[in-house]
Amino acid sequence: MQDDIMLSMHGITMTFPGVKALEDVDFTLNKGEIHALMGENGAGKSTLIKVLTGVYQMDSGEIHLEGVDHPIQNKSPEQAQEIGISTVYQEVNLCPNLSVAENIYIGREPKKHGFIDWKKMNAMASDLLKKLSIDVDVTVPVGHYSIALQQMVAIARAIDMRCKVLILDEPTSSLDEGEVAKLFNLMKGLKEHGVGIIFVTHFLEQVYEVCDRITVLRNGRLVGTFTTEELPRYQLVAKMMGKDFDDLASIKSLRTHKPSEDTVIDAEELGHRGTIKPFDLKVRKGEVIGLAGLLGSGRSELARCIYGADKPDEGDLKVKGKEFSSSHPIDSIHSGMAYLPEDRKKEGIIGDLSVKDNIIIALQAKKGTFHLLSKKDQEKFADEYIDLLQIKTRDRDTPVKSLSGGNQQKVIIGRWLLTQPDFIILDEPTRGIDVGTKTEIQKLVLQLADKGTSVMFISSEIDEMLRTCDHMAVLRDGTKVAELNESQLDQKTIMATIAGGSK
Amino acid sequence: MKTLKQKKAFNETSFLLKITITLFVVMYIIGMIVFREKGFAHFQTFLNLFISNASLIVIAAGLTIVMLTGGIDISVGSCVAMYCMMLANMMERQNMPATPAVIIVLLTGVLFGFVQGFLVSYLKIQPFIVTLAGMFFARGMTAIISVDMISIMNKQFLGWAQNKLFLPFGGYVNRKGIMIKPFIYPTVIIALVTLVIIFIMLKYTKFGRKIYAIGGSEQSSLLMGLNVRKTRLLAYVLDGFLVGIGGVLFCLNTCSGFVEQARGYEMEAIAAAVIGGTLLTGGVGNVFGSLFGVLIKGTIETFITFQGTLSSWWTKITIAALLAFFIILQSLLGSMKFTKKKSSC
Amino acid sequence: MKPNLKKITQYRLFLPILCLVLVLLINIIKTPTFFQLSIRGGVLYGYIIDVINRASELVILAVGMTLVVAASGGTDISVGSVMAVAAAVSCFCLSGGQVSVTSYAMPWVVGLIAALVVATLCGAWNGFLVANMKIQPMVATLILFTAGRGIAQLVTKGQITYIRVDSYKYLGNFIPHVPLPTSIFVAILVVILTNMMLKKTSLGLYIQAVGINKDASRLVGIRSKRIIFFVYAFCGFLAGIAGMIASSRIYSADANNIGLNMELDAILAVALGGNDLAGGKFNITGSVIGAYTIQALTTTLYAMGVTADQVPVYKAIVVVIIVTLQSEEFKKWFAKMMQKNAERKLAKTAVGA
Repeated sequence: MQDDIMLSMHGITMTFPGVKALEDVDFTLNKGEIHALMGENGAGKSTLIKVLTGVYQMDSGEIHLEGVDHPIQNKSPEQAQEIGISTVYQEVNLCPNLSVAENIYIGREPKKHGFIDWKKMNAMASDLLKKLSIDVDVTVPVGHYSIALQQMVAIARAIDMRCKVLILDEPTSSLDEGEVAKLFNLMKGLKEHGVGIIFVTHFLEQVYEVCDRITVLRNGRLVGTFTTEELPRYQLVAKMMGKDFDDLASIKSLRTHKPSEDTVIDAEELGHRGTIKPFDLKVRKGEVIGLAGLLGSGRSELARCIYGADKPDEGDLKVKGKEFSSSHPIDSIHSGMAYLPEDRKKEGIIGDLSVKDNIIIALQAKKGTFHLLSKKDQEKFADEYIDLLQIKTRDRDTPVKSLSGGNQQKVIIGRWLLTQPDFIILDEPTRGIDVGTKTEIQKLVLQLADKGTSVMFISSEIDEMLRTCDHMAVLRDGTKVAELNESQLDQKTIMATIAGGSK
Repeated sequence: MKTLKQKKAFNETSFLLKITITLFVVMYIIGMIVFREKGFAHFQTFLNLFISNASLIVIAAGLTIVMLTGGIDISVGSCVAMYCMMLANMMERQNMPATPAVIIVLLTGVLFGFVQGFLVSYLKIQPFIVTLAGMFFARGMTAIISVDMISIMNKQFLGWAQNKLFLPFGGYVNRKGIMIKPFIYPTVIIALVTLVIIFIMLKYTKFGRKIYAIGGSEQSSLLMGLNVRKTRLLAYVLDGFLVGIGGVLFCLNTCSGFVEQARGYEMEAIAAAVIGGTLLTGGVGNVFGSLFGVLIKGTIETFITFQGTLSSWWTKITIAALLAFFIILQSLLGSMKFTKKKSSC
Repeated sequence: MKPNLKKITQYRLFLPILCLVLVLLINIIKTPTFFQLSIRGGVLYGYIIDVINRASELVILAVGMTLVVAASGGTDISVGSVMAVAAAVSCFCLSGGQVSVTSYAMPWVVGLIAALVVATLCGAWNGFLVANMKIQPMVATLILFTAGRGIAQLVTKGQITYIRVDSYKYLGNFIPHVPLPTSIFVAILVVILTNMMLKKTSLGLYIQAVGINKDASRLVGIRSKRIIFFVYAFCGFLAGIAGMIASSRIYSADANNIGLNMELDAILAVALGGNDLAGGKFNITGSVIGAYTIQALTTTLYAMGVTADQVPVYKAIVVVIIVTLQSEEFKKWFAKMMQKNAERKLAKTAVGA
């Protein structure tokens, strides 16, 4: 291996039933470098990391690590740790009830006469952290400290285990600016010691602040590896989103009505601590508003904040002109809102229930406990939407979990359409759906808007939004940064706004 | 380069433990005042707490270990009854000498713990269901061994049971002018020694720390490379062994085996652990806290006995009320923890 | 033939019905007169009647337990103790505080209502701990499990209170001129009314939704906390009814013995009924069949000479077998074994060819 290379991965392929998660991916990490690994949903970044750290076993490919003669094949996180590859995960994987010192040394505590030497362990931990310019009481349970500090402790553990490669998986998602700065200082210090750092993130600004090189994945393939200096923001965004598609037919010509001037949603300084900074947003009746931005920019969080899935901490919300505050999503439903969540498995489908039950359930909740929809009505509604949305299911009583992902998605869309909302949020409605149906859904969005329903459309595919939206809000790094009106809705402008920055 | 300094954060372990110890001390002092006439203040009264509850001390320790992993064991009462019956049966009906009988019981405890641990750890069945089945199994087994009561006459066993160990201090002179020396039984010593050993194990061995780790976060433990399944299984095995010891100690107290023995004992052990600061969610707790939990229960019982007119059910109710109080307290503390984070300079 | 067999085994009530049939078969073998009925004094007698009669309390408890398991994935182990509390309250009211009476101190209805109200409050307490304080169900219900009988003892002042009034015995025995034991009617009524409540309102749907996916349920507007609180309160209410029946059988309140060990029976009935103890979809009919099966099993065991105290051993074994078969880990291991077996057979045929 070349002198300055710490890790080289070559030809990595990983297949899951029905899905090629990684195809012939190459990745090299130099000594003493901070290397960003980026990509949108389904790009394969987390699969690549899991292959490296032994959570998955790859189908083919080779991995070489500095100092090891033969290609490595990690069979477990334990093994990876032992040969010097350490990971600090987003949900900091420490035991909150154990002290800082213990978390650093668990499984390898220093002993005296066969018993754990607490004094020595605490001293060692304290020294280790002091070297990283952290001065804390190491005997306190680590769960009492902020996430930022916990991350430092996790990193300290990795360092103490003499890691050669340190993988930081979305480490800054829960940190404020000051904490991020401290983390970066720590990383730069490690860099000087020759440690190779893989920095998985979607925060553009941070990538440009601290990374030496960037590797971009898309749909399981390597797009390329670039030096940060040489890659302008705009190009990075373009590469991540794969925007070299040709112009698509505009279905916007099918629009019959223009949005009215009435405001359906009026958010003022609405925010939710930790997920979305306070924002202003107005949505008109019959308007389709798109939320654009990279993964993690806060689009879903903004939508959840309006719907009340995450109760807003600050700001005001008016729905159809009236002051609105929600204590439970049922209030939002009564006020005419509907919400298709991004994570359909966790928050969307009620797996063991039938297709019929999943479709009628929101309407039933709206009607109330004592106004049960008659069996006839339930069946009628279910059949209506199975037909309308072309849901492929054996019959309406099949448990929804046995449907394909795309069809499950259609069931949830049908669920909300049935409630005849004034304002519907669709968060990635076309994810996992075949091309033909994607177009159907986009047409459906336009039809809804024509009928006077307002739609908030979130999609990672800008072209979809271009074809349907009247108006767009752009988000970056957890904040709404801009709004684009109809005249500004073209690919270039959108991507430039997402990218931001001086480049 | 700035440094991060943190104030000593609110430590709920010591907080809960302090509440427990304070509660015990306060109750005991009240007892000494209210029941002055009846001799509550005698040292023997304090020692009696240990004598009556030697078995519970050991069992509460076993339960603490299991609860630290986030599990529970409600079979302990029935197991104690089963072990007493086994001892009585082996010594009286099978004419076995005391020592091998005791060893067989201890081995049974290990086996029982192993089976329960396997179902919980490897088949991932809810601990509650597994030990509920265990509870009914053991209680039924007790009846299968013998429906009638068996009194133990085995000389060696009785010798162990009745061997008063007098203490050279803490005595008093009674009305007749005779010096009454306080005493304990060997069961107390066994209980306390076991407690100390378990304490050392939990605090100073890797295994002990792993128990805390998997109770704190199973996922983190896995990712840090700890063998979670094995640790959990061993925790139940150890608990089974301690229940075996507890069963022997209990039998030394009652010197008999009968079907209805130790009914509700598991609740007393769980209450002792919870009152002693063991979190039901796992990861927090220590056996000395459980010791105080036992002492509190013993004090309440002593109150009831000294009072004379109250039904013994009051003990159970008071314990249940204390349990409710501590459970709710734990739940509130738990929700407080997450709202008070974020402290960097 | 094969596809039909598959269809039958996948039918939801397959497991409970199979178990019931097995147990009844064993019963018939042991007691050939099992299904014999005879009329004496205007009342139907027979082993089978006896089984159905004695199963009534369990059926009622099983209904409540099914909903608790379905909505919260947890179990209520206080039901037996709550039965004792209900019985105590009823007898206390009707006896006016005496140890033994031969006429009511208050109208019977008052005793009934008092008992049911107290039982429901017990259930509400459990519901509060689980839904609002987010305490694990087993632990939350542990408190009443411990204290319930003590409270019952206190109410009856430590004595067994006797109500030696003929009409008090109707509930647990016979109403004059009615050939079947009253408790059977009560049990059936409870099942029918509960079913109506679940099917004529959206409660049945909500309970399942909350048990399957609490997050998704919340987002579609279902108030999960209220649902969970409700099922525990309802379970308490049903335990109250069961307690009244039990008390009527022995025309007294015996705080130590009423409802003893019935919590495991109720959980077992729910599991036997094909319900997943982790929550979600539920089937009351299955639990009811399960309850009758357990009673029939108990009768069988008695016929084989097993005493009441020894029966729990067999029940414990059955529970363990059922939950093992239900566990994901076991299913995975089993699937792997089947696959290995198939591979081995394939290799054999390949070699042989």
